[in-house]
Amino acid sequence: MSSSISLHFDVSGDDFTRAGEASTQVKKTLKKIGYDSDAIRRVAIAMYEGEINMVIHAGGGTADVEIYPDRVDIVLTDEGPGIEDVEKAMTAGFSTAPDNVRSLGFGAGMGLPNIEKYTDSMRIETEIGVGTKMFLSVNAGGSNS
Amino acid sequence: MTVRDIISILNAEIIAGEDCCEQEIKTACGSDMMSDVLAYVKEQSVLLTGLINPQVVRTADMMDMICIIFVRGKMPEAGIIELATERGIALLRTNLGMFEACGLLYTNGLSGGVINE
Ligand SMILES: Nc1ncnc2c1ncn2[C@@H]1O[C@H](COP(=O)(O)OP(=O)(O)O)[C@@H](O)[C@H]1O
Ligand SMILES: [Mg+2]
Repeated sequence: MSSSISLHFDVSGDDFTRAGEASTQVKKTLKKIGYDSDAIRRVAIAMYEGEINMVIHAGGGTADVEIYPDRVDIVLTDEGPGIEDVEKAMTAGFSTAPDNVRSLGFGAGMGLPNIEKYTDSMRIETEIGVGTKMFLSVNAGGSNS
Repeated sequence: MTVRDIISILNAEIIAGEDCCEQEIKTACGSDMMSDVLAYVKEQSVLLTGLINPQVVRTADMMDMICIIFVRGKMPEAGIIELATERGIALLRTNLGMFEACGLLYTNGLSGGVINE
């Protein structure tokens, strides 16, 4: 791998059952090129939680993934309601998810804390009524976990 | 123990992934909250759950698990079975409840695995 691999996905907000499809594709691609397996796991989980968030909180969005030899960058962009208080949203257990989401196995307020735990860097840009952009990065060969 | 042993211990029915029967299983986890599975599980290879939706399969797949056990006799629909087959994940179903199913597997030697904090 001398240069990087770019992947782009549209994440539909209409179908919860398909949420996670983009993360799966990224995982498959990383596996195929023989990427560091610990990094694959961390990318898959972090992106999956981010994808679920776009679907349940923001009506969908897009995911852009850049695979470098030594790290994976993920940018998740949505035009949802934005996050009022990012610090509060990052707290384990904080969730505004409705009950129907909880009955699907998500909405425990662990998504953002999980993303933080599995990534090497995480930055959120958000504006109320405009949308949210999450910049995630996972280093390969490092030891975050 | 193997997936086949689990089938006999839990008197379970195999719904998908018959070819996984001889795979060796050392650890498992039981949960209905997928974010908890994603947060605390490390090398666990079996997920016991009372939840039935495609995200259960996706979660197991993200964690490289090889087998999902649906407790309390719940039967997944065709789309879920298809997704699991595509990912090479075995699906089992037992009439036992979560507590009993976990207890039996634990007693028979499965552990909770290493927790990744
Ligand atoms: N993309 C997003 N757009 C708007 N709000 C979001 C987004 N992602 C997260 N949030 C807010 O942050 C809260 C915490 O997110 P998270 O930790 O993933 O928990 P959960 O998704 O289980 O509610 C959510 O309940 C929601 O209020
Ligand atoms: Mg979430």
